[in-house]
Amino acid sequence: MSSEKETVEKKTEDSKPSSAQAPEKPIPTKKPTPTKTSPKEEVELPAFEKGIADKIIENFGEKTTLTFVKPDRVGIKVTREAIHEVAEFARDVLNYDHVDSVAGVDYPADKEIEVVYHLSSYTDPTLDRQILELATRAQREDDPIPGNDATKLPSLRDIFYSVEFHEREVFEMLGVYFEGHPDNRRLLLPEDWADLPPLRKDFRNKGR
Amino acid sequence: MLKDLITPQNANVFVGKLGDILEKAIDKPLGYAINWGRIWSLWPVHIETACCSVEFGAASSPRYDVERFGIIEAFGSLRQCDLVVVQGTITRKMAPRLRLVYDQMPEPKYVIAMGACAITGGLYFDSYNVLPGIDGILPVDVYVPGCPPRPETLIQGCMLLQEKIKRMKARKFV
Amino acid sequence: MSTPTLPPGLAIQKADERIMTLNVGPQHPGSGHMRIVVQIDGDYIVACDPDPGYVHRGEEKMAEYRNYVLNIPHLERPVIHDSCNILYPYVLGVEELLGLEITERAKYVRVIAAELNRCVYTMYWLAIYGIFLGHSTMFMWPAGDRELLIDLLEKMTGARVTHSYFIPGGIRNDLPANFEDVCLRQVNYFEKRIKEYADVFYDNPILISRTEKTGVLSREDAIRLGTTGSVLRASGVDYDVRKKEPYDVYDELDFQTNVMKSGDSYARSRIPWLDMMESCRIIRDALQKMPKSGSVRVKLKPNPKGGIDSVYKRIESGRGALGCYIVSDKKPEPYRVKLSVPSFRNLIALPHLLIGEKLGNMPSIYWSLNYWPVEADR
Ligand code: SF4
Repeated sequence: MSSEKETVEKKTEDSKPSSAQAPEKPIPTKKPTPTKTSPKEEVELPAFEKGIADKIIENFGEKTTLTFVKPDRVGIKVTREAIHEVAEFARDVLNYDHVDSVAGVDYPADKEIEVVYHLSSYTDPTLDRQILELATRAQREDDPIPGNDATKLPSLRDIFYSVEFHEREVFEMLGVYFEGHPDNRRLLLPEDWADLPPLRKDFRNKGR
Repeated sequence: MLKDLITPQNANVFVGKLGDILEKAIDKPLGYAINWGRIWSLWPVHIETACCSVEFGAASSPRYDVERFGIIEAFGSLRQCDLVVVQGTITRKMAPRLRLVYDQMPEPKYVIAMGACAITGGLYFDSYNVLPGIDGILPVDVYVPGCPPRPETLIQGCMLLQEKIKRMKARKFV
Repeated sequence: MSTPTLPPGLAIQKADERIMTLNVGPQHPGSGHMRIVVQIDGDYIVACDPDPGYVHRGEEKMAEYRNYVLNIPHLERPVIHDSCNILYPYVLGVEELLGLEITERAKYVRVIAAELNRCVYTMYWLAIYGIFLGHSTMFMWPAGDRELLIDLLEKMTGARVTHSYFIPGGIRNDLPANFEDVCLRQVNYFEKRIKEYADVFYDNPILISRTEKTGVLSREDAIRLGTTGSVLRASGVDYDVRKKEPYDVYDELDFQTNVMKSGDSYARSRIPWLDMMESCRIIRDALQKMPKSGSVRVKLKPNPKGGIDSVYKRIESGRGALGCYIVSDKKPEPYRVKLSVPSFRNLIALPHLLIGEKLGNMPSIYWSLNYWPVEADR
């Protein structure tokens, strides 16, 4: 393990500058590049999706920013403090009733870890095609002690029960501790895993 | 006389030797018969470790039917089995369990490494959670390459194992 | 006496005289590649804690080192007997990232391959379900009949189970000559065969008495737990991604979804079987409507790069909705690939279903969740 860690540290240094420009979250559809979306589409698409986005932005204002509106997909970035309220709003007012997936993405250049919730709905027929992406960011530490450092986020388990195992997975894969989750145990990794959480960018696979 | 030779003091030694004597006496004439029995009743353990188990299951389906060759479907208890077919990737979480399973089986026991993953790590050579082959934890008798090996390949591997057992000394395990 | 300080999430358990803890798996004929820790009081399960991760191979991390095309072979390994479907959302996502438009014929061939693969998966699942219930015939029949469709797929793609058939920009190679006729014949025969399963399995009073009213998942719970696929449809929620958010050409094909109300193990085991018949219908329909000639793939540049973007695509696989979230950052390799797999999503229902049931019902309830451990662990 120790020899692996040494190579890990060496490699992160040369990998940092390249990932520096990378993570800046884009706003694709607001300013669509001509290759991606034709202008005709741009006129048609937002109607329903934009309505959803506007509702959230109106209600929470400063705390949320719109990242993109694409056909059937709405992406919204929420601050760490407001994620709980926004999720509650999405469930009670917008009728999203479960979480499809919870993905953690590491952005070492911003010193942040993003957690993306993909909400969708079984009960509301108008939302059949829709996916709402709620993204929020936690502070990232270079020397993580999973569970005992500043990398924490409020858990959504009391709102969407379906995130239970997903959040456990994010915790072990990226070291984001979810406050309020009753069962933050290890799920997939071996019991004796003592290295960095594997999906962080500074954890390198052997030989890569 | 034999009676004089055995005293309470050396009885233990004698009994210990008896095993050796018996082995030697049995090996030549009976070894062939014992091995013949072993060949046609190989019981694999039911331990699935990764996706190769799909093809292992297909091998006992009506079309391939490994039972023709004396490999029984994997339903038996650990204590009756004598064959471990390692069906693919061994992760770091599974490795201690696999060794535990192997240790609990009675002698004689044989190991078939099925699939590229079990041999070298295969597709997952650079993964952080996969062992590069199982040679480090189990003594492998036959390697069956492929990703996944076709059932025919697995059957051929089993036949190779039988060939190997035929030539083994039965004595070692009596 | 002081209690030792433990890392977060660990707890010391007291021994109990009544409650016994059983470890089912990973070496157990009724567990597959996972461990289920159950606590039983007499014959009844009082607590259950699934422990997956025995096949966690770090696919998502590996995907960050390979370019979009090289990712294909290892991303299909989680479900090798459903390999077309598990690649589907990834390929759709990459196509959107790279801005590729695929041809009409390729879309139809994809649908045919995906539906054949769904049947192959379901037949394997059914065979194992037969074993779990101690029904040997139900192992032999599906395991034998599925070879028929595997032959078809082998003709199409060249491999028995790991096809790597879908690639960004279409499919790898065109159909072989005379494929339509062979396919139609095999599928018709296959449909006739699976109808016979009703006599030996689905209408069998012993099966019904063992699975009816066990492991009941109510409609509300199914929605709240975010289950998907056959588990969801067995509980009375009509949600199928093929209908609700049609991808490729599913909106032009004629099929229906199957829904049952009871939400017990029986319903969950019956839905995939009914789905297979719909698959046969889809294949026949697609064979008819498919353009008879034309190119099936658009040319890809070597080492294609996406912009700074992210996509989330989902499809309906043999087990349920399968999503793929790809983040790209102007490099040939994706920045992050996340597979949101149905097995992992359905796993959360297991503790809910098992508590209060008899231990003997555990294998049938567990496997009726349409769970494939390798996929859940990735
Ligand atoms: S050899 Fe191939 S099929 Fe077998 S376990 Fe490894 S990846 Fe899966």
